Amino acid sequence: MSDSLIPNVLSNDVGNPVEPFLRSDRMPHIWCPGCGIGTTVNSFARALIESKIDLQSLALVSGIGCTGRVAGYVKLDSFHTTHGRAIPFATGLKLANPKLNVVVYSGDGDLSAIGGNHLIHAARRNIDLKVICVNNLIYAMTGGQTAPTTPDDSITSTNPYGVFEPSFNLPHLVEAAGAVYVARWTTFHVRQLARSISEAFKKKGFSFIEVISPCPTLYQRRNKLGDGLDAMKYYKEKSKVRHGAPTSEVGLTMTGEIVVGKFVDRDRPDYQTLMRAQFAESLGERFVEQAEMVCS
Amino acid sequence: MKADPRGVLTGVHFIDGDHACCEGALAAGARFSAGYPITPSTEIVERFASRVPTVGGTFIQMEDELAASITLQGAVWGGAKAFTVTSGPGFSLMMEHIGYAAMTETPCVFVDVQRGGPSTGLPTLPAQADMMQARWGSHGDYEIIALCPNSPQECFDLTIKAFNLAEEFRVPVMFMMDEVVGHMTEKVVIPPADQIEVVPRRHTRKSVEDYLPYETNGDQVPEMAHAGEGYKFHVTGLTHDERGYPNMTPPVQDKLVRRLQSKIRDAADRIALIEEEQLEGADVVVVSYGITSRVAQRAIEAAREQGLRVGKLRLITAWPFPEKKIRELAAKVKAFVVPELNLGQMVREVERAAAGRAKTFAVSHAGGGVHNPQDILKVIVEASR
Repeated sequence: MSDSLIPNVLSNDVGNPVEPFLRSDRMPHIWCPGCGIGTTVNSFARALIESKIDLQSLALVSGIGCTGRVAGYVKLDSFHTTHGRAIPFATGLKLANPKLNVVVYSGDGDLSAIGGNHLIHAARRNIDLKVICVNNLIYAMTGGQTAPTTPDDSITSTNPYGVFEPSFNLPHLVEAAGAVYVARWTTFHVRQLARSISEAFKKKGFSFIEVISPCPTLYQRRNKLGDGLDAMKYYKEKSKVRHGAPTSEVGLTMTGEIVVGKFVDRDRPDYQTLMRAQFAESLGERFVEQAEMVCS
Repeated sequence: MKADPRGVLTGVHFIDGDHACCEGALAAGARFSAGYPITPSTEIVERFASRVPTVGGTFIQMEDELAASITLQGAVWGGAKAFTVTSGPGFSLMMEHIGYAAMTETPCVFVDVQRGGPSTGLPTLPAQADMMQARWGSHGDYEIIALCPNSPQECFDLTIKAFNLAEEFRVPVMFMMDEVVGHMTEKVVIPPADQIEVVPRRHTRKSVEDYLPYETNGDQVPEMAHAGEGYKFHVTGLTHDERGYPNMTPPVQDKLVRRLQSKIRDAADRIALIEEEQLEGADVVVVSYGITSRVAQRAIEAAREQGLRVGKLRLITAWPFPEKKIRELAAKVKAFVVPELNLGQMVREVERAAAGRAKTFAVSHAGGGVHNPQDILKVIVEASR
């Protein structure tokens, strides 16, 4: 690890620098050995250190599933919502209190299947949310069923003879829907991931970071892809950094190349900026800025 | 505390129930709504969308009712008073999030302008067939509060009441209108802001160190914090302990779910509002609510003209059901007559509370219109025998 990425937040060298960001009274966590979700949380915490973000104004919203449990482990205002609905919950939170930095942290099934409609509409509206999508290519919490992201020919518990339905290419989807920042890394790329999260914090608008992450218990095992370490070797060997790659070309296969990098970084006004401008123009002096909505 | 005058359109108005409901929400301090268009409820959010930028707040039209019903809860945890508005099919989609609000104790209001069902049913015509869904629609054991206005004036007054109850008990409140009440235009008097009592959020005054998000202090309702205040609290739909942390053990489940139920049940007598008329010495009591209570009035008066002793009991609060009142009356009267725009929903509650001590007669109507008062009268006459 590069020292510049990890400022020494503790007065001495004992303890883990990310510990202040975690609810240590909730450890041990529920994730399996070799699972990549904890690794992504580590990168997330390092991004918080790096970006020196005000933790009091940071809220994290998760849906349901293995990644949905992230909300419970971070020492932030955190919301573990219903399946697929992290994004609309986060939308309400952000609109009611625009000063908050709102992160949505959830899995591929939660965000792109049951929550797929909200994903594209939040990107279209350009709601100022930072979405971290941990993509383990499977429904893991429920026992390894096919997800919209499961690559062709994979064996899952609901496609025991192999997946034959085409999968989503999430960066392509969210770019088309309007996201202003789109990046993809794997859990091998911990520093690059932390850097992307820090960059997303600087963007105003809908940012989407996909993290390819191993599920040794269900996806790897059923597909004879080895354990967590084998996944790391695969990510190391087959990942290709291509910043600015056309997202139409970054679809995933079971054992092929994984194109990673920052694909989209553009600017367009976010929902609240547009809303205020519209009201100011149409209503003139009758427009009342939303002050503190806090009602007590 | 008193209402924020910015949201109060003081004066005498001639508006429909939908618009009156919107004004009630604004008067109650609602500054956020997320909605999805559906007949016959849409006028409420149309008016809110037009009004709220002039009082300092936000309306967002979401992609569906699933989104609307959770977006509003995000806004509540961000500090707003918030509500959503729908009708049957949308209400069905919102059920999971009514359970989430009950479980996480998120104060909010769900307005359901009832239309004929099942499914798409009668989009533009009335029914009162979502009454059981309002109470039982989400999975698991929980309690909600449901109010039933019968006029545009009540759409205003009781919407304020709905927000106040939501805040007092930290519970989702169902505002059960019907298409006729929603689209009926009448005089609505909106009082000055200083005459409108508004219940503030139960916001904690505890320090960050002392605050436990789901600890209760005797009255069974925990204190809230909002995101961004430094409490770094956790909210989950999973079974949780006082810290808000998931704890999926039978004792924690038992303690939590029983409290979610008892915080409403123990206060039921105080919450349950009814309107009564000539119950003393009545042989028959007509139990009704919403638009049907106004149709029933005609039948009750006709029956009295025939010399029958008929009392009226109008449910203003449908849930919690005024069980005690019905039980007491059942010992004195011959029968209850329950007209409603469904094939028998609240009548089951009346029957259950009467427990065989008085007969119960349903006057059912499948929806699409209101009863002919003669049909109610016939049953009153039969029940009086």
